[in-house]
Amino acid sequence: MSTIIYVPRDSTAVALGAEQVVAAIRREAEARGEAVSIVRNGSRGMFWLEPMVEVATPEGRVAYGPVDAGDVAGLFDAGLLKGGTHALSQGLTDKIDFLKNQERLTFARVGITDPVSLSDYIAHEGYAGLQRTLTMDGAAIVKEMTDSGLRGRGGAAFPTGIKWNTVLNAPAAQKYVVCNADEGDSGTFSDRMIMECDPFVLIEGMTIAAVAVGATEGYIYVRSEYPHAIIALNEAIVAANAAGYLGSNILGSGKEFNLTVRKAAGAYICGEETAMLESLEGRRGLVRAKPPLPAIQGLFGQPTVINNVISLASVPIIMARGAAYYKGYGQGRSLGTLPFQLAGNVLHGGLVEKAFGLTLRALLNDFGRGTESGRPIRSVQVGGPLGPYLPDHLFDTPLDYEAFAAVGAMLGHGGVVVFDDTVDMAKQARYAMHFCAVESCGKCTPCRIGSTRGVEVIDKIIADDNRTQQVHLLRDLCDTMVNGSLCAMGSMTPYPVLSALNYFPEDFGPVTQAASAAI
Amino acid sequence: MNRQYPFDIDAAKAAITAHSQERGSLLPVLHAVQEAIGFIPADVVPLIADELNLSRAEIHGVISFYHFFRQHPAGKNVVQICRAEACQARGGEALAQHAETLLDCKFHATSSDGQFTLESVYCLGQCACGPNIMINDELHARVGADKLDRLIGAKRGTP
Ligand SMILES: Cc1cc2nc3c(=O)[nH]c(=O)nc-3n(C[C@H](O)[C@H](O)[C@H](O)COP(=O)(O)O)c2cc1C
Ligand code: SF4
Ligand code: FES
Repeated sequence: MSTIIYVPRDSTAVALGAEQVVAAIRREAEARGEAVSIVRNGSRGMFWLEPMVEVATPEGRVAYGPVDAGDVAGLFDAGLLKGGTHALSQGLTDKIDFLKNQERLTFARVGITDPVSLSDYIAHEGYAGLQRTLTMDGAAIVKEMTDSGLRGRGGAAFPTGIKWNTVLNAPAAQKYVVCNADEGDSGTFSDRMIMECDPFVLIEGMTIAAVAVGATEGYIYVRSEYPHAIIALNEAIVAANAAGYLGSNILGSGKEFNLTVRKAAGAYICGEETAMLESLEGRRGLVRAKPPLPAIQGLFGQPTVINNVISLASVPIIMARGAAYYKGYGQGRSLGTLPFQLAGNVLHGGLVEKAFGLTLRALLNDFGRGTESGRPIRSVQVGGPLGPYLPDHLFDTPLDYEAFAAVGAMLGHGGVVVFDDTVDMAKQARYAMHFCAVESCGKCTPCRIGSTRGVEVIDKIIADDNRTQQVHLLRDLCDTMVNGSLCAMGSMTPYPVLSALNYFPEDFGPVTQAASAAI
Repeated sequence: MNRQYPFDIDAAKAAITAHSQERGSLLPVLHAVQEAIGFIPADVVPLIADELNLSRAEIHGVISFYHFFRQHPAGKNVVQICRAEACQARGGEALAQHAETLLDCKFHATSSDGQFTLESVYCLGQCACGPNIMINDELHARVGADKLDRLIGAKRGTP
């Protein structure tokens, strides 16, 4: 019998040398006459250990990491195939603190299964949600979603059940389900992980959405920066079609759903849902004014469900285990779990799925274990490039949509980017304006021109060219952007800028000057 | 500027017709053309316009809107360096500067020997392991100056 060895196909593992590790394992096993079968699983999301190699033993899966191709011979010498002890040993994978203390619902299979094996998916509760869905009518499915408390995980946190209900009740011959897989925010990678490491869960979630609202066509709009995700999704779609989980007669139910992957072309604004629709229709990604809501007039003018990858990937477990089960996690109006993404200068960076309510500090310390540089954490940006930079005194805020909003922060997509005390916050503020200038869709003047002026004004502040007056000007400009922009790109770019100025004035020049101007 | 570049017009035509029937087909068509011949030449735009029944202006507007599409050929290797926040927090900007010196080339330009085109990218989704780069289709994580030297050296054909 051959020993099963797991080496992730996740793009982070690959970027850190997983292919070379696989080749080395094959070579070494052959040279030693050992029978091994290598499964390319997803990543567990403990990126400081990637490439992480696991071996199946009678006690469970045993982990080693981070493994370099050069370590492989030594690992075999140490009895890798029996889970032997080595300097890179991490023990039983499930017992590793970082994993053990999570609550993985959406990510239950990620890192465990072979992402593109349909039988593996089904063996791990896959398609149980769809099976149940097929016995229910649209209204009952939508009610289950509403009862679960699931809110959109793409940033705005709008209740998913309400959105689906609008599409369900919009009469039309053709409806669509579109998955927003543009994941443009820095510090976020949970969408990518789902697509690369458990693509069937997204496909199942979209299929359930389609059955619920009566849509027959679906698109996954994936950013071009994610070639590995596109490959995995297409492999999984082929398998699902072949087995009757997609196509013209889903599991003999007479329901139809056809799914297509669309590759984006490198524009941050195309993550905004109406810009994404323009892009899918073959145009420049200019933001549309709302109303009409996409739920009523969306893709090609038809009623369309638009949801983020994580929202849709959370649907199967809700349908399989029921709304009450999902709702049992979280607190207040932030129910269920969120996959937090620990990124930037953090020692243990990776994916942490937890119920809402944990504090940011616990996430940073208990899971992240502080900075990678070993220096103190000075600032954390939560919620992507439009999220404010938070100072230490806000780290005790619970991770909950309302609690974050109450302190002028936002959870967004759950990305957490850590900076140590060498960060220059004036530079970060300048970068936020610069990013807006590069990525603005160009439709509104405050965003298109204001961001360019913003960069210039911050440069003057840094150079102490009339600093006090320029700080006033910057605040004025931010005010105009907040109030005069059509979408969050222009109206939220001031958040990171003003938070840097308000919480870290000393980085903009002598404290007295910048701070006095703040009043 | 009206430079002519050599490209395979038949490959471009095949790429256009392969995708022209999809709904909202312009992006898939442009992707296919760029994949087939490396960029989207001005001479191909009228062909696309004809096939999709769109104006040339509209197609130009789309090509110039999206960062991914290029109107001129790139160098032999395209080096993309992540400039977004999580990579910045891990030394990404120092790496970006090092790349400019190493390749003797500014961002959004091609080195004089035509070997490398240097580009910025805003997040590759590997944010816990930065600084991150992509050379052609290969991702590389935890890239410091030494690792960049090695990777670029290998592309130059020197050890
Ligand atoms: C500038 C901008 C960028 C956005 N980028 C994304 C994105 O990359 N992915 C995403 O799911 N939502 C993004 N959104 C939010 C979408 O517009 C939309 O709210 C979301 O896809 C709806 O799905 P959900 O309800 O499941 O969250 C962005 C919004 C704005 C204003
Ligand atoms: S705020 Fe900026 S990105 Fe949003 S619609 Fe206006 S110009 Fe476009
Ligand atoms: S910020 Fe560089 S990969 Fe995400």
